[in-house]
Amino acid sequence: MLSYLRRNISLGVGIGLLGILVIFMVVGAFTVDTSAAQPLSVPALQPPSWDYPLGTDRQGRDLLAVMVAGTPLTLQVGFIAGFLGVGVGALLAFTAAYYGGAVDTVIRSIADIGLTIPGLLVLIIIAVSLKGSLTVNQMAIIIASLAWLNPTRTIRSQVLTLRERGYVEIARLNGMSGPEIIFGELVPNLLPYLAATLVASVSAAILASVGLEVLGLGPVEAPDLGMTLYWVQFNAAIINGWWWWWTAPLVVIVIVFLGLFFLTAGLDEIANPRLRRTV
Amino acid sequence: MDASTTVLRVEKLCVAYDHPLGAVRAVDDVSFVLRPRERFGLAGESGSGKSTMALAILRMIKPPGRIEGGEVWLQDTALSGLADDAIRRLRLAGIAMVPQGSMNSLNPVVRIRDQIADALADHGSRLSRREVADRVRSLLMQVGLPPEAAGRYPHELSGGMKQRACIAIAICLRPKVIIADEPTSALDVVVQRQVMETLGRVQQQLDAAVILVGHDMGLMAQFVDRLGIMYAGRLVEVAPIRDIITAPRHPYTRMLIDSLPSLEHKGRFVGIPGLAPLLRELPPGCAFHPRCPMAEARCRLEKPAVRAFGADATAACHLA
Amino acid sequence: MQAIYIVKRFGVFLLIVWLAATLNFFLPKLSGQDPVRTKLLEQAALGGYVQGGIEEMVKVYQQKFGLDKPLWRQYLTYVGEISHGNLNYSIANYPRTVVGMISEALPWTIGLLGVTTMLSFAIGTLLGALLAWPGAPRWMRWLMPPLWALHAIPFFLLGLVLMWLLAFQFQLLPIFGGYSAGTNPALSWGFALDVLRHAILPALSIILVSVGGWALPMRGMMVTTMGEDYVTFAEAKGLRSSTIFTRYCMRNAILPQTTGLALALGQILSGAVLVEVIFGYPGIGTLLFQAIEENDFFLIQGIVFTVIVALGFATFVLDVVYPLLDPRISYRRA
Repeated sequence: MLSYLRRNISLGVGIGLLGILVIFMVVGAFTVDTSAAQPLSVPALQPPSWDYPLGTDRQGRDLLAVMVAGTPLTLQVGFIAGFLGVGVGALLAFTAAYYGGAVDTVIRSIADIGLTIPGLLVLIIIAVSLKGSLTVNQMAIIIASLAWLNPTRTIRSQVLTLRERGYVEIARLNGMSGPEIIFGELVPNLLPYLAATLVASVSAAILASVGLEVLGLGPVEAPDLGMTLYWVQFNAAIINGWWWWWTAPLVVIVIVFLGLFFLTAGLDEIANPRLRRTV
Repeated sequence: MDASTTVLRVEKLCVAYDHPLGAVRAVDDVSFVLRPRERFGLAGESGSGKSTMALAILRMIKPPGRIEGGEVWLQDTALSGLADDAIRRLRLAGIAMVPQGSMNSLNPVVRIRDQIADALADHGSRLSRREVADRVRSLLMQVGLPPEAAGRYPHELSGGMKQRACIAIAICLRPKVIIADEPTSALDVVVQRQVMETLGRVQQQLDAAVILVGHDMGLMAQFVDRLGIMYAGRLVEVAPIRDIITAPRHPYTRMLIDSLPSLEHKGRFVGIPGLAPLLRELPPGCAFHPRCPMAEARCRLEKPAVRAFGADATAACHLA
Repeated sequence: MQAIYIVKRFGVFLLIVWLAATLNFFLPKLSGQDPVRTKLLEQAALGGYVQGGIEEMVKVYQQKFGLDKPLWRQYLTYVGEISHGNLNYSIANYPRTVVGMISEALPWTIGLLGVTTMLSFAIGTLLGALLAWPGAPRWMRWLMPPLWALHAIPFFLLGLVLMWLLAFQFQLLPIFGGYSAGTNPALSWGFALDVLRHAILPALSIILVSVGGWALPMRGMMVTTMGEDYVTFAEAKGLRSSTIFTRYCMRNAILPQTTGLALALGQILSGAVLVEVIFGYPGIGTLLFQAIEENDFFLIQGIVFTVIVALGFATFVLDVVYPLLDPRISYRRA
């Protein structure tokens, strides 16, 4: 396994980066007082020091606590929306690709048209329409409503390539029913690819959530990464020279995205043997 | 044989492919000559090294392959000594390749006439647009294509037409040697005949020599003057086509001829038992001995040297 | 190229427009709230100041879209208004119209996005092609990992870093806005230069991140293309290296890239919106941000609708241009 990681550098880097995050969150949960992530807990605008290793923000939050409390929240949105998106997407993709014909055309057209519309904007409309502050989970569901579009498309094309392969024909001749073939033959062969799509979907969902939050449409109470950046923007932290305020969430978000990105690339390499570096 | 009687001379050419498990010889010590206006066939199974030969003559072997040794002469010029730009200009103008046109050999997004024109331009032609158009038209006529084909894209042409377009490109600079690499695969028999006729005709018009690479013995028998048989990277026999068919010297050649179905008598199909060896795992001694019905002890130990039989024939067999 | 292809594609465009309008109409109804009333209530709660003219606007609104009318009637009126180009008034900035405000902001966004997209596509594609070509300079290989890593993060994050680095720390470039505060927009070189200076940071944030995304797939496509039979034949024809690189390799490898462009437009726009917000660049993004802050619902609706239509149109144009690049397409069923 370790030797494979050395060959598949992307996968190694991805797992490494995400591993750092996980360790940070776990260790933090046990050592840091997360109540300090709420406003008015600590003196405001302190640069990093022994007491407050990541400094504090204008509303009196301890930024280390914010990171520890907020990172899981951001990831939570990503996972919920990402999983839902891929789950629905995979279902639709398999149905479309396997049954073909009118079913395929309808599903494909909806997905294609849906993808031309910039997702963030639709999310904005939905978020603005649902007055009142959103919870983290509500935001996740809103994002999930659009998250299935891309997975449907990509998984569908993968299934189509597989459908032509011999063993599907044989399975059909053997009398296996549609769902049996889908779950028994197609899914197992697509697992690496599905995994790659899943990670990409999670990444996209996190991006969407951060986007919504920076615009001020996120769960205002939650101390997660996107909201922190919103407050940074709101308080013009960069111009005011409070560099620690935006450095912390920036670094964490960058690690999240880089980690997920390399993980996707690594999984892609497993899924598509042609991409593998040949010995 | 001195240079004046040969247009192409290949001497002890070796091409190797580097592989982590050891280098592999795709072309092993091959020598033959090509005379002016001659039609020379190069036949063999897949993996016998014949396509590699063609690329090696044009010095188009890329890593992990490399030319390990030997020399190729085009009339008086030794090709290995040429600079990169010199060999580039020699391609098409001196030695031209006709690839499998019916496949993917033509640029899908460029019109036929432009694929001829860019060859002319990159070889330093100073023709005006009108002159180029005329040239294209006459070339197409030579290969039997209608003038409208000039403005077409490859996907608008049939397999046979594409093949003939490739021939047109190959002859546009009047080369002395034409190497046709399996020009009739994936074509039906009727079209095959048309293409081979075209090839023969342009060869005569240009006074050029042709090397026909392929595995269709029947096609070879109808087209070539002399035939070379390749096996496991070696040229195991060369002889005038008549002699090869009536009196082959190498057992492999003999079995190849025997395996051809005949229109005259009905009988059982005879094949050659076994499979061609992996180049990485060549048997000791003669590479053919595991499948040879006449193998002796000597064949298992000693690699047979290539021996000449008169001016026109060679064979690499202990028993020839 | 056949006319039916263009007609079909235009039909898709119209469908998108209709879909956008419909979504825009129905989604807000989900919450069952009336945006105008809400705004009024909000303002009343803030201390009694009610924006001048709101009363008239409420009257006009009630007349046309009144919630007492049946839903389908409201919908039809809505569609009617939109097709006449009437996107209503801005609630927060009455009596300015939505269309008016958008027309001011849109050129800035189109300018920024248009230029950066073209630049990233061109630079990225060329870079990707060179990376695959054995004849290219070796030092280029070192560019790949940083570009690849940069590509993973959203535009605006890089924007934050660049802003801090170049505008704050080293004071090389302006931090904010589309042009220096206090200057009047005018058609002069001075103004143009000012605009350019202000556009550099937003543009850089987008370009530096996007380049990697174009370069890597192009490199992959080039490698595949370089293995094709027609490239081997091109070499056997004795063509010059540059000819093979451009006419035989790039020309073919760029086709899937262009499809990618059409698909990426939506994402690029979403990212650009956030970049504008960070830099206060006076385009659609900042306008949207303002609208959200002010709860100016009509403006939000108008912006989203306009953007969707604009993107749909851009996709339509790309769809029509594509067969010109790939002569095989018009012969397949579009």
